[in-house]
Amino acid sequence: MQESWIFIGVFLLIAGIFPATPIILQSVILGPKKSNPVKNSTYECGIETFGDTWVQFKVQYYIFTLVFVVFDVGMMFLFPFAVAYGQVPAFMLVAVVGFLGIICGGLIYVWRKGALRWV
Amino acid sequence: MEFLSNPIGVIRDWLAGLLSGFLPPDAVSLVLVILGALVVGALGLTTPLFLIWYERRLIGRMQDRVGPNRVGPEGLFQTVADALKLLSKEDITPIGADKIVYNLAPIMAVVSVLTMWAVIPLAVNIVGTDLNIGVLYIVSVGSLGTLAIMLGGWASNNKYALLGAFRTVAQLVCYEVPMILALIVPVLLASSVGVANPMSMQEVVAAQSGAWHEWFLFKAPIAFLIFFIASVAETGRAPFDLLEAESEIVAGFNIEYSGMKFGMFFVAEFLHAFTVGALVATLFLGGWSGPFVEQAPLLGVVYFILKAFAAYFLIILMRAALPRIRIDHMLDLNWKFLVPIMLAAIVAIAVTDKALPRATVGPLWNAVALFAANLVVAVIAVNWTSAAARQMRQADESRNPPGAAPAASADHGHDAPAPAASHAAH
Repeated sequence: MQESWIFIGVFLLIAGIFPATPIILQSVILGPKKSNPVKNSTYECGIETFGDTWVQFKVQYYIFTLVFVVFDVGMMFLFPFAVAYGQVPAFMLVAVVGFLGIICGGLIYVWRKGALRWV
Repeated sequence: MEFLSNPIGVIRDWLAGLLSGFLPPDAVSLVLVILGALVVGALGLTTPLFLIWYERRLIGRMQDRVGPNRVGPEGLFQTVADALKLLSKEDITPIGADKIVYNLAPIMAVVSVLTMWAVIPLAVNIVGTDLNIGVLYIVSVGSLGTLAIMLGGWASNNKYALLGAFRTVAQLVCYEVPMILALIVPVLLASSVGVANPMSMQEVVAAQSGAWHEWFLFKAPIAFLIFFIASVAETGRAPFDLLEAESEIVAGFNIEYSGMKFGMFFVAEFLHAFTVGALVATLFLGGWSGPFVEQAPLLGVVYFILKAFAAYFLIILMRAALPRIRIDHMLDLNWKFLVPIMLAAIVAIAVTDKALPRATVGPLWNAVALFAANLVVAVIAVNWTSAAARQMRQADESRNPPGAAPAASADHGHDAPAPAASHAAH
């Protein structure tokens, strides 16, 4: 088991090195280096860009991400049930259906509240 | 013969014997792990060279043109030529960009996809590593891709890129919910078949390797469809390509990227699409299992690649056939259709499998019952949705009678609670 995780660690490292190599090769060795301010300017529509990009932006769907966080945490609790499913008695279904019912209740609540509507 | 049935094991033993002469045993296993990771990584990163050609030719055919056919036989080396061109370009970082994040994003995009290949089994004994929580690992690593796109779009200091990145938050994050829900089903079914560790990818495949009706595609067609749709949305390709949307926000998050950094985003996208095909093949189409695979385990690689390419072909077909979905429709499809159906399907599958277990009714009738349960959920969901749609249309028409000015699109987000009732029924 430990070897599996060592493999994952090594693989994460290698998966980072592999794409980094051509990028460094291009930017340091192979590519030309003739930059000028016009070339490096931000490309938007052809006219010069104005104003700051990193401004406060009305993220219309922040509610969606809130709902997502709630759901994602809920989903994770279903994995232990799925793993143990083969060994547990049928009575456990009542608990899980209840749990899913609560999740559904939450979904219906946000739906009724209009949180899932595009504003 | 030994080599043919277990090539990786034979090479591994041979290398271990070779190295143990002058290295301590811990170092030998570390070297073997590094070599294995190098092989898997190199395989993963060279496949896009072929995938890009395959997809461009197919899309060309579907759009009634030829596609790349000049470089090499049938244009096979077109991607190599493209890569060489990208390598010889100037490295441009736009003024005002957040340099570290800007350069990190394309690498991260590739990492998030490539690392999935660590746990995808190619054959019974050919796999990067058979992690005991493989399915969960796929989920966690896959969600890194969202972060990479968000970082890239934000760091570019470009308003279109930022818009594209904001769209990813809505899209990729939301479609993770039905995807994870659908991933629960293979784990659950593998557990019910009785494998020791249903989270490991190898054992999910082993649970499907009995007969044709053991495939989770037949036991849980709804989970298959929803996993497929949600994963395609996760790759950010047409019809869910709102994050790049060439005709609206130029190229979205990767507008400021050029040269090899753009190339890495490109590679990540194509590899991700194929990875979705491979995941679908592993989790629902029986992975490496097929006839005669016990006698000749290497046949498993062929079966796996055939299944993965069949799913990949379907993804390309979707890209060629379907127009881009509007963002509010896309979120409605996710929250008001896929998630409720998937919740209902999990309950239906769990209850049916406990009511008619394999041990008493036999594997075939168990599979038939599960298929029927899925069918019932699908029929109820489709009926409910069409009834709700009809209701909405009628409300629309009574407010704006036909012949009058066309209706404003304000009521597309109209809150008809109809499909939610489908899971209340269970």
